[in-house]
Amino acid sequence: MVKVPDTSTPFFEYAPAPESRSIVDIKPSYGLFIDGEFVDGHGKSFKTISPSTEEVLAEVAEADEADVDLAVKAARRAYTRVWSRMPGSERAKYLFRIARLIQERGRELAVLESIDNGKPIKESRDVDIPTVAAHFFYYAGWADKLEHAGLGANPQAHGVAGQVIPWNFPLLMLAWKVAPALAAGNTVVLKPAETTPLTALLFAEICQQADLPPGVVNIVTGAGATGQAIVSHPDVDKVAFTGSTEVGKAIARAVAGTRKKVTLELGGKAANIVFDDAPVDQAVEGIVNGIFFNQGHVCCAGSRLLVQENVADEVMERLKRRMATLRVGDPLDKNTDVGAINSAEQLAKIRELSDIGEQEVAGAGERWSPACDLPSQGFWFPPTVFTGVTQAHRIAREEVFGPVLSVLTFRTPAEAVEKANNTPYGLSAGVWTDKGSRILWMANHLRAGVVWANTFNKFDPTSPFGGYKESGYGREGGLPGLAAYLKGADA
Amino acid sequence: MARIDVKKTYKLYIGGAFPRSESGRTYLVNDAKGALMANASQASRKDARDAVVAARKAFGGWSGRTAYNRGQVVYRIAEVLEGRRDQFVAELRASEGVSASKANTAVDAAIDRLVWYAGWADKITQVVGTANPVAGPYFNISSPEPTGVVAVVAPRGPLLGLVSVVAPIITTGNTCVVIASEPHPLTAITLGEVMATSDLPGGVVNVLTGSAAEVAPWLASHMDVNGLDLTGVEDPALATSLEEAAADNLKRVRRAPLVEVDWLATPGTDRMTDWLETKTVWHPIGI
Amino acid sequence: MTTTSASTASAGVFDDITSSESSLRRFLHGLPGVDQVGAEARAASLGTRSIKTTAKAFAIDLAIRMVDLTTLEGQDTHGKVRALASKAMRPDPADPSCPAAAAVCVYPDMVATAKQTLGDSGVNVAAVATAFPSGRAALDIKLADTRDAVEAGADEIDMVIDRGAFLSGRYQQVYDEIVAVREACARPDGHSAHLKVIFETGELQTYDNVRRASWLAMMAGGHFIKTSTGKVQPAATLPVTMIMLEAVRDYREMTGQMIGVKPAGGIRTSKDAIKYLVMVNEVAGPDWLDPDWFRFGASTLLNDLLMQRTKMQTGRYSGPDYFTLD
Repeated sequence: MVKVPDTSTPFFEYAPAPESRSIVDIKPSYGLFIDGEFVDGHGKSFKTISPSTEEVLAEVAEADEADVDLAVKAARRAYTRVWSRMPGSERAKYLFRIARLIQERGRELAVLESIDNGKPIKESRDVDIPTVAAHFFYYAGWADKLEHAGLGANPQAHGVAGQVIPWNFPLLMLAWKVAPALAAGNTVVLKPAETTPLTALLFAEICQQADLPPGVVNIVTGAGATGQAIVSHPDVDKVAFTGSTEVGKAIARAVAGTRKKVTLELGGKAANIVFDDAPVDQAVEGIVNGIFFNQGHVCCAGSRLLVQENVADEVMERLKRRMATLRVGDPLDKNTDVGAINSAEQLAKIRELSDIGEQEVAGAGERWSPACDLPSQGFWFPPTVFTGVTQAHRIAREEVFGPVLSVLTFRTPAEAVEKANNTPYGLSAGVWTDKGSRILWMANHLRAGVVWANTFNKFDPTSPFGGYKESGYGREGGLPGLAAYLKGADA
Repeated sequence: MARIDVKKTYKLYIGGAFPRSESGRTYLVNDAKGALMANASQASRKDARDAVVAARKAFGGWSGRTAYNRGQVVYRIAEVLEGRRDQFVAELRASEGVSASKANTAVDAAIDRLVWYAGWADKITQVVGTANPVAGPYFNISSPEPTGVVAVVAPRGPLLGLVSVVAPIITTGNTCVVIASEPHPLTAITLGEVMATSDLPGGVVNVLTGSAAEVAPWLASHMDVNGLDLTGVEDPALATSLEEAAADNLKRVRRAPLVEVDWLATPGTDRMTDWLETKTVWHPIGI
Repeated sequence: MTTTSASTASAGVFDDITSSESSLRRFLHGLPGVDQVGAEARAASLGTRSIKTTAKAFAIDLAIRMVDLTTLEGQDTHGKVRALASKAMRPDPADPSCPAAAAVCVYPDMVATAKQTLGDSGVNVAAVATAFPSGRAALDIKLADTRDAVEAGADEIDMVIDRGAFLSGRYQQVYDEIVAVREACARPDGHSAHLKVIFETGELQTYDNVRRASWLAMMAGGHFIKTSTGKVQPAATLPVTMIMLEAVRDYREMTGQMIGVKPAGGIRTSKDAIKYLVMVNEVAGPDWLDPDWFRFGASTLLNDLLMQRTKMQTGRYSGPDYFTLD
């Protein structure tokens, strides 16, 4: 009786379980949110599409320099006349109010995020939006306690913060930027990414609902030129950017010679290091979560798996088996694990690097993806793993920003550290081992701003996040994230 | 007949040794009255390169020492400096033309500053590190770590200014390459002698003398330098171009001060935190 | 040094491991650790799967077929057991298309009564033996308990391990007991009652222990591994069941043999049952989606499954008055 059944049991096929779209009301066109009102921009407009269907969702105004100037002026006015004079306890209440509104409209925000970004609803619903609300709650409480932040008796805001955010976590990146800025007493001009403006514009509506004083938050949509206009505007005191290392460097050059304060959250090529004594089932989950969460559109993604050579085969077997259960498809289906690639441009980049990777590992390893049916419309890329990768391969050095994992091996802890650190980036790293002293040794030696030991891709508003080296500077989250929006004692 | 002085040859301080500039160049350093004090080495880009290599080589060991030990070493520098205070007073008086009392004040302050920073070595982590109460079953802690190799353009104050920029960098576990004040380089090299005899590992501090305008761009654009302290850059155009060059690998940049710094004032912690990275470590809590 | 019976299913494969206390310990302690937080997060994320329409109908019928309908009370009577057995055969008297449960699960003294009612319906009789639920009795008493139940017609024996021995590291003793009980399951006709090995995971406390117990029981020849007696809290949980599903999955990788899994106690709603089935599907694989390889030890679960089944057929919510209480 103890044997494997020879007749195949009926397959447990999950029927589609789509989240209803009816909760969101996407307008045909959106203006810019300046001084508390939606206004038409001077410039052209652009289309935002759903990456899972290529359907046009809305026309969005493209802010030009004059629009940005209006937004900065509004922010300056609001800073001088209202926000900098308001007691911190009152600022706090606005932030608490916004946090509550985000919770109340959480499902709407989650659905909209998944439609505009392509990420699975289970992630926008269970990770992005709850964390957005948590950030506002956390920083709300700081607004009237700044004297306890370790920056002196009466720390001052910078003034107007210019903020440019990416498309991978549209509303969450907004929260990381806006919540600490407002709590510290700054006003903001924020540009969401060109491909994902909709939740930021819904956030503008939430600011209206919260009766936030006009000009405290201004949202200007657009592409690179709009972002440049913000960064180089002479009346912006503080620049915060999350995005590519390339653009981050351009920003660092642009602010040279000014007194602008800058924080940059840039790219990464994190090593996820699995030792032979790791809790292997959880490690496999961590590998999967590390690289396939949010389609791998994560700056801190564990895109380089470093696995100890003596367990490499076993780990790969388990990883492949687990990858075969990933469900790729409709972002609004509650059972989808991996959604759509955010844009045609990003898809092209992932394809290009993967094709290069395939040539690089030829003979030594393989390019592997589980069998999965990809929808015919939209931008899709299957979860992919490369074995036989070496440090010299581009696939191991360049940020793919997609669901593509490179697998390398190591023999000793020292070799693991050496390989992990052998990159211009330094954002995050993962370590999997049951040995406590080794975890701490590894954590000490890894040159990365976040080290996840026996876990991966965890975020919390109280926990500082940011990189070493070319992954940028400054931290978001926690006390350092607040300090980034306050003048230091040296100012 | 008066005894003939044995004059000191001022060389560079790189990797714990005192080499001449590989370029073979020197420049004249005069005292406040215009009389020749010495020929200082005029460092070249290759000297800067060698200094960065030395600083990088020293970083692993220095940053890996316990904070307690680093504090002891910095305190030892203060002790040795105290023992040679007369020499520094004389050098400052000659090179800057200041009164004995002013020179004494500067030397006292420099020694006291080293003592002040020495005490910080094992406290800064407690002041800027955080235990983070995340909303989940995770142990979560953030602690500062040194940024790496920091290139410094030192300010004019030949001793106090120099000590005030270098001490916070090394106290926190970084290593550095310092371009000494161009008109007053000699004290920096003498300070190098102090450091060389203070249990400070070779390469933790490297001192170049010569032209900041010539050498600093090589450090600012060097891809193995992690930080750039522009405190001593007085030409705004040079400061801007150095900051631009630093963007090549996203060096942490401390800009030149807007107003002249009062080096006698007690500093804040910012000269330490400028060269610290926050590392956050997560671990699940379970049975 | 104890030699184990050659009749165990794993004979040969694990001889080196099971030959001594120290080699058993080395093997069990060499199994990969389980990180509690990560395991629970994975189980919770599987619990967010949304099972709708046809998939839900499939799952509900499958769950009904997997139920070991259980009564294990001091107040059990022959009448109660007969009623339960009838319910197991025809869970929804109003609907002949409703499948039967897998088994009824009773104390050994009720086996004959249950067997009499069930006849050749295909619904099995499972008996909890070995001084259930604590297992605190001498081995010969546990074996006699087992033989009694088998002789009375039990198709399946649900034994408890000696948690005291396990927690004090006497793995060999636990192993030998399982082997002995398995031998006691033999019938004169050469067939053998199926053996389910209950760990009482609520007493083992850690997932590392659950993983070790799973391997110990599988190597000793258990046909099923089962979470709990239902008498200790917590009983079955999603993560504990997941650890056991991982164990049977890995055991098959190594030996080619399949072992069944039975969570028992605390599973009361269809929603819960479906979460378990999703977990079976995604952790062990679809081969385990069969009453031969996965069971629910439950009593009130069955009526909730029937209510959901009716809701799916009629489109309206049903109420407890329309289902039998037995």
